[in-house]
Amino acid sequence: MARTSVLRFLRAGTESPTTWLAILIGFLFRAAICLHPYSGAGKPPMYGDYEAQRHWMEITTNLPVSEWYAETKQNNLSYWGLDYPPLSAYQSWLYGKVIERLDPDAMALGESHGYESADSKRYMRQSVMISDLIVLVPALLACRRVFCRGSAEKGDLMLLGSLMQPALLLIDHGHFQYNSISLGLAAGAAAAVASGKDVLGSILFCLAMNHKQMAMFYAPAFFAHLLGRCLQKPSLSSKMAAIARLGLAVTATFVVVWAPFLANPSDALHVLHRIMPLKRGLYEDYVANFWCTTSMLVKWRSIFSQQALVWLCMGSTLLAAMPVLVQEVRRPTARGLLVCMASSAFAFYLFSYQVHEKSILLPLMPVMLLGPDQPIMTRWLPPVACFSMYPLLKKDGLTLAYIALMLLWGAMTWPAVGEERKERQTEASRDHVEAQVSERWRSLLLMGLYVSVGLAVGIHAAPLIWKAPKQYPYIFDALFTSFSFLHILGLAVYLQYQGLANKQLKGD
Amino acid sequence: MSHWYVEETSEWTLDYPPLFAWFQRLLAYPAALLDPATLYISKLPYKSPECVLFQRLSVVFTDAVLLSGLWLATRRRCGSQKKVTRYMVAANAGLLIVDHIHFQYNGLLLGILLWSIALIQEGRDVAAAFLFALLLNMKHLFAALAPLYSVYLLRHYCRGPGALYKFATVGSIVAAVFALSFGPFALMGQMPQLLQRLFPFHRGLLHAYWAPNLWALYAFMDKIMSTMVQYLGIPFRSSPASMTGGLVQVSHFSVLPDIGAGAAAAAVLASMIPLLVSVWRRPDPACFACCAALAGLNSFMLGYHVHEKAILMSIVPLALEAAGSLRCARIFQRLSTIGHYSLLPLIYTQDECILKMLMVLAYSVATCILLEQACTEGILEGQEKNVFDLCCGVSLGVGRALDPDIVLLTYLLCEKAQ
Repeated sequence: MARTSVLRFLRAGTESPTTWLAILIGFLFRAAICLHPYSGAGKPPMYGDYEAQRHWMEITTNLPVSEWYAETKQNNLSYWGLDYPPLSAYQSWLYGKVIERLDPDAMALGESHGYESADSKRYMRQSVMISDLIVLVPALLACRRVFCRGSAEKGDLMLLGSLMQPALLLIDHGHFQYNSISLGLAAGAAAAVASGKDVLGSILFCLAMNHKQMAMFYAPAFFAHLLGRCLQKPSLSSKMAAIARLGLAVTATFVVVWAPFLANPSDALHVLHRIMPLKRGLYEDYVANFWCTTSMLVKWRSIFSQQALVWLCMGSTLLAAMPVLVQEVRRPTARGLLVCMASSAFAFYLFSYQVHEKSILLPLMPVMLLGPDQPIMTRWLPPVACFSMYPLLKKDGLTLAYIALMLLWGAMTWPAVGEERKERQTEASRDHVEAQVSERWRSLLLMGLYVSVGLAVGIHAAPLIWKAPKQYPYIFDALFTSFSFLHILGLAVYLQYQGLANKQLKGD
Repeated sequence: MSHWYVEETSEWTLDYPPLFAWFQRLLAYPAALLDPATLYISKLPYKSPECVLFQRLSVVFTDAVLLSGLWLATRRRCGSQKKVTRYMVAANAGLLIVDHIHFQYNGLLLGILLWSIALIQEGRDVAAAFLFALLLNMKHLFAALAPLYSVYLLRHYCRGPGALYKFATVGSIVAAVFALSFGPFALMGQMPQLLQRLFPFHRGLLHAYWAPNLWALYAFMDKIMSTMVQYLGIPFRSSPASMTGGLVQVSHFSVLPDIGAGAAAAAVLASMIPLLVSVWRRPDPACFACCAALAGLNSFMLGYHVHEKAILMSIVPLALEAAGSLRCARIFQRLSTIGHYSLLPLIYTQDECILKMLMVLAYSVATCILLEQACTEGILEGQEKNVFDLCCGVSLGVGRALDPDIVLLTYLLCEKAQ
């Protein structure tokens, strides 16, 4: 019987058929989103992120390595100059070589600016899906084994949630970026570190940082966790040895990745110059972080100099992530690492310098890895993240995909609310007082959920009904950012509280 | 209205029965508000973003009929069976492909069929007959189920005291629906024209893309034989048959005898005899969905000018019963996988290529998992009930041996023709 043999094949690993189904569904929706427009489609002269990625492929396939990051006759840096670390450039080179074989016009040096064809769009889209398949999926499967050891069902839900969260789908497969590579590498690093493979974890994390410098958001978490682990070693010499080993792994990885640029110091300086965005402003466009939201009331940029602002950002970021970081150094645990990663990414998103709205993907990834154990976080954050990026998605012509995915996410997560209540009720008979308190909390939370969904719908509807007043032309964008900022701040605080409280419970 | 079935400016003439035309007339009102140019009759296809969005949304909204019918048909089932059945119909990959990518209103039509089946299962035969008559007047493809309906109604409803009166009731209701639908055209004297549009016998035995049925095998045999004949150099009637050219056209077989519409209809009816006899002996409402699926499958296998999409007429009713017993589940799994696979050539653009394959694959894996879960429970609760599983099994037994190969061949031939 064919169907039994198919199931037997799917059961061959420790994963169940449901796991593969979750992956299939994830890719099904990726394939569907691919049909929608990408950022800057048909909008000369600058187009958008899709053109940026295509341009990098054009540059890397046609020019020698030393010219990739440098302003030369062939490489005009003001037109989408490379501003990601070398691993991104290598990836562009690899995909560029393949696409060049399939559609040479798409990669012609200088002449292919703004090149758009149905074929090249499909190749580019498929390259993102392939990246998901070879980086993100294996990493998530590893995370499923490490972080959801207890229950296969929880693991599959975690996997489905991570693959189906609308924010990553819309940005990678709609807007067009390769975030899943660096996020996947970071997730793999977390799985490796949590299962005791510290060196492998460090290497993977360095690769993640070398793909997108934004993975730096997780650096404090990895640092704290690994430091905590090293400090647990019995003697001083073994502590030092463990730290040295990790330091060596990190240095070696960086040397290998940067090797082509290290021969000539000026090349390396060019790269550094390109990937450090300190010359840009405090924030870009409308991002739901602290600085952008409060700038409506306080004009930060007129109060402080740029240098002072950089220090201020750094200080507030570290301060915001400090509690869980300290906790993690003192008592490192596997799930603690995830909470730490999420918290530190939240801190960077909310307080650091020059944050993009897309950076919300960074706290989102570890939160989704927490899976069904943190139902409030995993259900609420993805739609909030999407909501905060709505002005961007609207610009890209992804409104339809946005609506569909948000409704889908609602349908996926909503019924489970009822099931949980049933579970709680059976628990209630056991532990009466505590259950009553939590029941009250639950109804309060549900109430909050209804209010917040209602408000979100209202904010979407407002620009359709009213026109923005002349003196405040960006009032609706401001509404989007303030609403998202409050939610993200609330969820970040809640996560820190959970991280601290749960560990205290374990400690007692 | 007098021009509905005469108009032939465009290549896509109206070839659905009158009630469907009325449905399209209703849709025209909101469409006119949105983008009036949609409604101009022109030779070339018209396309604007608003028009596409509107048409797509209209399919989404008419799916409400399917969902409500599904709800009605499954509301008496037990927990997990209900969930599985609802999923299998609502997320049916074939329906999604044909309705939402290719574009048709099968959700609406099959929704009416589900309503009718649900009413039969609840014993409300007259209402079911009315809905079926309605359905027949929206898409005449469902005529394949007419023998089944008539035998069932005759034996289940028209019996006991007052049988004649009951028969008259059902008969008059069905007749009234037909009169309402075809009457105006008959009065205008357009019946021949209308019937010619509805039953385009000149289009040939096979659809442009061969549906994976017995005639596809027949045609393939013909190809092989004609090649052999040519190779052997035997002088023979020479008409290089091209039946996969893409556009609808008349075609003749080169070696084997041509099959006329009458012969195909006779074959369909003959293949239905075992089914009809058993329904005659024991008209059981619980088995009706399976019977409908089987009747649909028979007409798919032997019918004249069958579209590959017609397989949905069999898959969707069978999905209602699939979670009920292990045997049914196995047949459904087989049928839906192959049937959906045979729909793939329908979507020929490269962009949707990965999407359509993932849809079929994900749906098959999901039904596999769900049915396995549901069936262990089903068997434990002793719900092995369908006598007609056997019937389905025999019919599919033939198909099972042949089908994958036919689909593969069809696919290859279609690719070649392109």
